Amino acid sequence: MLKLRMIPTLLYRDYGLVKGVAFDSWRHVGSLIQAVRVYNLRDVDELIFLDIAATREGHGPDFMLVDDFADDCRMPLTVGGGVRTAADVARLLAVGADKVAVNTAAVETEGLIGDIARRFGSQCVVVSIDFRLHDGGRREVFTCSGTRSTGIDPVHLARRAEELGAGEILLTSIDRDGTMEGYDIEAIRQVSDAVSIPVIASGGAGAYKHMLAAVTEGGASAVAAASIFHFTEQTPVEAKRYIGAHGVPVRL
Amino acid sequence: MAAKSVAVVDYGMGNIDSVCRAIRECRHVPVVTNRPEDFRAAAAIILPGVGAFGDGMANLRRNALDQSLTEEVAAGCPTLGICLGMQLLADVGTENGETPGLGWIPGRVARLRPIEAGERIPHVGWNEVLQQGDCPLYAGIPSGKDFYFVHSYHFVVENPKHAVGATPYCGGFVSVVQRDNVFGAQFHPEKSQEAGMRFLANFLDL
Repeated sequence: MLKLRMIPTLLYRDYGLVKGVAFDSWRHVGSLIQAVRVYNLRDVDELIFLDIAATREGHGPDFMLVDDFADDCRMPLTVGGGVRTAADVARLLAVGADKVAVNTAAVETEGLIGDIARRFGSQCVVVSIDFRLHDGGRREVFTCSGTRSTGIDPVHLARRAEELGAGEILLTSIDRDGTMEGYDIEAIRQVSDAVSIPVIASGGAGAYKHMLAAVTEGGASAVAAASIFHFTEQTPVEAKRYIGAHGVPVRL
Repeated sequence: MAAKSVAVVDYGMGNIDSVCRAIRECRHVPVVTNRPEDFRAAAAIILPGVGAFGDGMANLRRNALDQSLTEEVAAGCPTLGICLGMQLLADVGTENGETPGLGWIPGRVARLRPIEAGERIPHVGWNEVLQQGDCPLYAGIPSGKDFYFVHSYHFVVENPKHAVGATPYCGGFVSVVQRDNVFGAQFHPEKSQEAGMRFLANFLDL
């Protein structure tokens, strides 16, 4: 059986690990390299690294930094933030990324997702979709670390990404991010029903039962989380024990 | 045991860094190369690879890399294909039309087809490898151990004897192949933590 993936998300700018609430109020929560070493020892299933400043500050990925932390990673890693071209993807893969997350450029650069999928294979293309829930229940995709409105529905973007060759969707609720109040299960359900590629739930995990719900009610193939691991005593392995005890296959 | 020189085939297809890191952790010396003399000098050859079958073969044919590798394999050099590198061992790939492969292990590469509800493609994550036969790369690893996969295609062997590992997804697919000194793993040993390192160390200790 394929196991549920429990994925700590490491958000960073420069060499610092950061975490915010609703993509704002960023605070420094430690050293990136240190965090990688801890997660290595804990044998986590996978890691996601996102440079939150790259696109907003107009620079591309920091390849040397990625090279540094990727060398320490004995588990699969997805790297995102500032990815604009297929050449960026080639360099990220060369310095040790297994998969690359594309967010802003997936919306703004026509043809990029298809180009990456053809050259490097669908399995390395993660389309990262950040969305907000508006009054009245409409959801809208925002790019550029949640600062740029697009008018696009996340379900529509997920479907389009799959058609173009994306291998996974990383679906993040901006409103829930950092709140630890639970994932937006309805959005996860809608997106995972709309596509046949794996969906990673992100934004809002504060308890193990939230993660379980993302899988059993939302249909997610993986759960990503940051605050719960930074700010509470809860750990990836305990989360998996809880989820496993409720009948979902996990790797322990 | 003395450190061995391990040729890591450089043909422009993906994540060579992590393969080299894993080889160094096993106390051997990776040589990233596309030169026939390095293949000849190496104690073992690893064909890594991420990406599409057609591009992979086109890159191997450039400068006749496929021919010099085939000579070393025929001479008995232990060779391990990882992920796309395993798929390239087959006779033919079917990604974006048919492309001839290296043909070292008879078979073809086909797209995974979901059988059970909830099976999504690509197959991404940790899944079991059920050992079949007595492949030396399993020494010290229990059957059913999880390894890390990320792929949409799989190796369909012509001769069942060449299938030495199976993984339960999409009705079950061949995840490890072996024919004499040629081995292939659909999973990424270099990303599969302790079990993956043991698998790789077993290969390098052949």
